[in-house]
Amino acid sequence: MQSYNLKHIKELEAESLFVIREVVAQFEKPVLLFSGGKDSIVMLHIAYKAFYPAGLPFPLLHIDTGHNFPETLQYRDELVARLKARLVVGSVQESINNGRVAEEIGINASRNVLQTVTLLDAMEEHGFDAAMGGGRRDEEKARAKERFFSHRDEFGQWDPKNQRPELWNLFNGKKYQGEHFRVFPLSNWTEMDVWQYILLENIPMPSLYFSHYRECVNRKGVLLARSEFIKLQKDEKWEKMKIRFRTIGDMSCTGAALSDASSIEEIIEEVAAARQTERGTRADDKRSETAMEDRKREGYF
Amino acid sequence: MNKFSSNGYLDMELLRFTTAGSVDDGKSTLIGRLLYDSKSIFEDQYEAIRLTSERRGEEYVNLALLTDGLKAEREQGITIDVAYRYFATPKRKFIIADTPGHIQYTRNMVTGASTANLAIILVDARKGVIEQTRRHAFIASLLGIPHMVMCINKMDLVDYDEAVFEQIKKQFQTFASKLNVKDIQFIPISALNGDNVVDKSVNMNWYGGPTLMYLLETIHIGSDLNLVDCRFPVQLVIRPHNNDFHDYRAYAGRIAGGIFKPGDKVMVLPSGFTTHIKSIEGPDGPVKEAFAPMSVSIRLEDELDISRGDMISRENNKPEVSQDIDVMVCWMNAKKLQLNGKYSIKHTTRDARCVIKKIHYKINVNTLHRIQDDKEIGINDIGRISIRTTQPLFFDKYQLNRNTGSVIFIDEATHETLGAGMII
Ligand SMILES: Nc1nc2c(ncn2[C@@H]2O[C@H](COP(=O)(O)OP(=O)(O)OP(=O)(O)O)[C@@H](O)[C@H]2O)c(=O)[nH]1
Ligand SMILES: [Mg+2]
Repeated sequence: MQSYNLKHIKELEAESLFVIREVVAQFEKPVLLFSGGKDSIVMLHIAYKAFYPAGLPFPLLHIDTGHNFPETLQYRDELVARLKARLVVGSVQESINNGRVAEEIGINASRNVLQTVTLLDAMEEHGFDAAMGGGRRDEEKARAKERFFSHRDEFGQWDPKNQRPELWNLFNGKKYQGEHFRVFPLSNWTEMDVWQYILLENIPMPSLYFSHYRECVNRKGVLLARSEFIKLQKDEKWEKMKIRFRTIGDMSCTGAALSDASSIEEIIEEVAAARQTERGTRADDKRSETAMEDRKREGYF
Repeated sequence: MNKFSSNGYLDMELLRFTTAGSVDDGKSTLIGRLLYDSKSIFEDQYEAIRLTSERRGEEYVNLALLTDGLKAEREQGITIDVAYRYFATPKRKFIIADTPGHIQYTRNMVTGASTANLAIILVDARKGVIEQTRRHAFIASLLGIPHMVMCINKMDLVDYDEAVFEQIKKQFQTFASKLNVKDIQFIPISALNGDNVVDKSVNMNWYGGPTLMYLLETIHIGSDLNLVDCRFPVQLVIRPHNNDFHDYRAYAGRIAGGIFKPGDKVMVLPSGFTTHIKSIEGPDGPVKEAFAPMSVSIRLEDELDISRGDMISRENNKPEVSQDIDVMVCWMNAKKLQLNGKYSIKHTTRDARCVIKKIHYKINVNTLHRIQDDKEIGINDIGRISIRTTQPLFFDKYQLNRNTGSVIFIDEATHETLGAGMII
């Protein structure tokens, strides 16, 4: 007998498809936040399916910190061309030039926090009223508290103590002019789900996710890749290592992991055996116990 | 077999469960224990909570910190909003909603419970069943959660005494006999020490039943969705503006009930026109059949005027169509429900407005009796109301279908979600 039981990956996909379509139905000018990382790649892949054979009914927004891996930008541009998508870029460098934000100083300086201002400015400039992000609840303890439809006030802030109840699959996207929503279609996916789905769907991934040799510096256990944005401190040195990235963010704060995994199957094995969370390699989360919550309150991704 | 080998992994079933019960009964600790003992915690996560517990001078590593992730929660030692956690065993993949017990945050408990197939209800063995336990159990039953597991927790504080367990079990059974739940099980546990959570307790030989983990892995969940009554609320219309798909028109949505196949004769509401299904597009291309909860798009043989909020169903098995609807409402806002008040509502993919025509009664959550003389429905109250909507809704009783039987009430001025309604 045919079993009418949707397996969990397909159920997660069905949920994400529904959420993305709901965004298009409920908002006037949605946008998909595309970082070039695996979560936004999967989200975009599902978004494409959601409207096929029609094209994507919204543009992609990339917040360019100016500290991106060149591989990320190349992958982004190829994907945009292949999907015939529209791409909007918000530049942190411009925000700095315009005096909207000031560059951080010190050895752990990063543009990660600055992205929030650029993001909110870009949303305002283009009049986007909903931004879909690839955030997953299993990534981090403050993210574990997010709704699918997350309301932001006119300052783009999140109020975690006062979130709207979210019942069943009835998403309330009502808001006033000037307010907006963040929507997280992949809320219920885990890192393992994402990789299993990439394998199942045969989604091409940026080379950064696969094992390769690269010069890195070990800074308090975080392996940072060599670039013009990292200045060596006393007693530090570049060493050639066999690494891959588990998450891809800004070059100034994304740590690499020693790895031999050179295929999706091997990555899955590695993720299954991992004893550290993927964000364990992110210097931006190590700033304080509530670093993520604090950034999210201000309007971070 | 390796639990993450792709065949095994992709084949797993998904169980969504929620915690419930009064404040401090140990819900978050239990979830922490479940994650920890099933080896679903990463070293850096464990290290972070170990350090926090140590800094706060706590005797144990406080496993509740795994879910109580907000600053305010950690300061107060209580859960404020739902935390979602995930783990997998070789048998199943789990989505956990750890909800707050404090009455002030009941709305967040309802949020976590609304999508669950199973509720774990905790009781502190020293306190037994109290009002908040009853409120949560009642809400869980109203929400139609088919399986309930009552964990009598903190058994370590009552010398693992069987008599205490039996007495609380009886106390709850008396109450639960008035609830509409198919399946209730009872387990004596200590979330703090891990007794009967993942591993069988050595302190309670008198208990011969399963551990919580065993139950979660084996409970039968296959038949929880309605696969009989075909319901497809149209979410949006897909019309490509390109030459390859010139006359293409498909209706996208998530199947809310039943099984649809190409060739099926269907009726579209509100128009009442009938036609046949030409094809069904799944996420990976055309499919031979589609069932709840799949997201698909449906193409029809005839060109009809169909838009978001319309419903595709069967001619001889339609949902009810009406503007006058009776609802059990769970109110979640400090502003009281207003008789004759007007609200925005959302039901499937349909937006409408409604006026509250009548408040029939409120429910005493302790006795489940109807309170007829006080009809003020305020925050955390549950009661039966009649509403009239601006346009007809296409609905089923909530008991028959959670997707077509649920409705939310929204404040027209502030846009807050005020109440959860279950159609009766
Ligand atoms: N002795 C003992 N203490 C426990 C047990 N389970 C939980 N506790 C303690 O009870 C207190 C409350 O536990 P939590 O897990 O935060 O309770 P909760 O139900 O999540 O509370 P809210 O989410 O605020 O409703 C903590 O101090 C726990 O250490 C147990 O089995 N035995
Ligand atoms: Mg708790």
